Amino acid sequence: MLSKRIIACLDVRDGKVVKGVNFEGLRDAGDPAGLAQRYNRDGIDEIVILDVTATLEARQARANTIAAVARQIFLPLTVGGGIRNEDDAAAAIDAGADKVSLNTAALENPPLISALAKRYGSQAVIVAIDAKREGDGFAVFARSGTSAAHRNAIEWAKEAAAMGAGEILLTSIDRDGTKAGFDCELTAAVSDAVNIPVIASGGAGTFDHFAEVFTTGHADAALAASIFHFNEQSVSELKQFLAERAIPVRK
Amino acid sequence: VIALVDYGAGNLTSVRKALAAVGAQVWTPSVPGELGRAHGIVVPGVGHFDATRQITEDWRTAIKTVADDGVPLLGICVGLQWLFQGSEEAITTDGICLFKGTCFRFTERVNERLKVPHVGWNSLRMPKPSRLMAGVDNDTQVYFTHSYAAPVIDDTVAICEYGVPFSAAVERDNIAAVQFHPEKSGDAGLRILANWSELVRRSSERSGGAKADVK
Repeated sequence: MLSKRIIACLDVRDGKVVKGVNFEGLRDAGDPAGLAQRYNRDGIDEIVILDVTATLEARQARANTIAAVARQIFLPLTVGGGIRNEDDAAAAIDAGADKVSLNTAALENPPLISALAKRYGSQAVIVAIDAKREGDGFAVFARSGTSAAHRNAIEWAKEAAAMGAGEILLTSIDRDGTKAGFDCELTAAVSDAVNIPVIASGGAGTFDHFAEVFTTGHADAALAASIFHFNEQSVSELKQFLAERAIPVRK
Repeated sequence: VIALVDYGAGNLTSVRKALAAVGAQVWTPSVPGELGRAHGIVVPGVGHFDATRQITEDWRTAIKTVADDGVPLLGICVGLQWLFQGSEEAITTDGICLFKGTCFRFTERVNERLKVPHVGWNSLRMPKPSRLMAGVDNDTQVYFTHSYAAPVIDDTVAICEYGVPFSAAVERDNIAAVQFHPEKSGDAGLRILANWSELVRRSSERSGGAKADVK
């Protein structure tokens, strides 16, 4: 049976993990490769590196980070943040990423999705959608949630899938950082509308939240950052919890 | 040494790195004639079956010649599909027919709603013992990402199910292939690559080591 995936997100800037790292016994808490290795030992299914810096110099720093993480772990590795064009994507993939995650660039230039899908295959192209509740619907925001894209999240997800995206990484802006739980309504609406896997993100605070998003939220995977950083609870404990609730996970 | 065939479909970094992690020496031949030096050949692949069209006739011939000589061959993902007769994904592109059958799209065989691509960790069942899957237990999970799959045949040594059973791994004599990505499947994946790398080592000892370029 296909497992529900648990994905850890590393927010990286200038080669250092910048968000909520609080591990004991880790020599350099800001070291992405060390953190990835720790997650790997703990049974994480995938790693996402989100690198928000996008200057030319930063691209080289990012390549070094990707290569350092890829050397340590034999798991699927996604790189997102600042992937603006084919060159950025190629640099990330050449450095060892298996998938790239497009957000603002896909909104501004949708043909980039098809171009990358054609070059690397759909399985290498994730379209990240940051969505916020607006009236009865869900509106898409670009530029790290700061700029309204004037698109409906469900319609945009369908369009991205039709253009060759292999997965959707769906973040609820309303829930991000709140630890109040994933937005299951949003996740289910998008997951039911597209025929590609949907990764839910934003709001993970407890193990119950993961169980919810995999059942009522129809998510294929769930991504979190701070819950794994701050909690004493581990990925392996989370998986145990989910398995006890008959949610298929990789042991 | 192991030849990693680069036909321009996606990156080879992960496969190269994982083979190195299990102690294998890997190089990427630049012309088909170099394949004669190989003690083992890996045909990787991601994406679309049609990409295998970039494996030109001279490469096909060289790969087939070396495989016919008994050199271990390993196909990965689309590389597995290429070892079959063909795929519904690109009906005008032929595989090299080392295994019988045509690859199919999940959505063509399954009535229930299935998300495609099949992405993620899924479990294996071994219908019979094999050298490739030695030491890998039933229910071990490995990482898949694909929209097309090969049918279960007599040579199938690992079966996975996604709406329908399909070949996760096949092995016959010196020819082996996996639909999943062993280079992305954690310890289980490395074990499988180590098994195959060991086959290469033993095969090269039997052949006496020295190898020349083929024409």
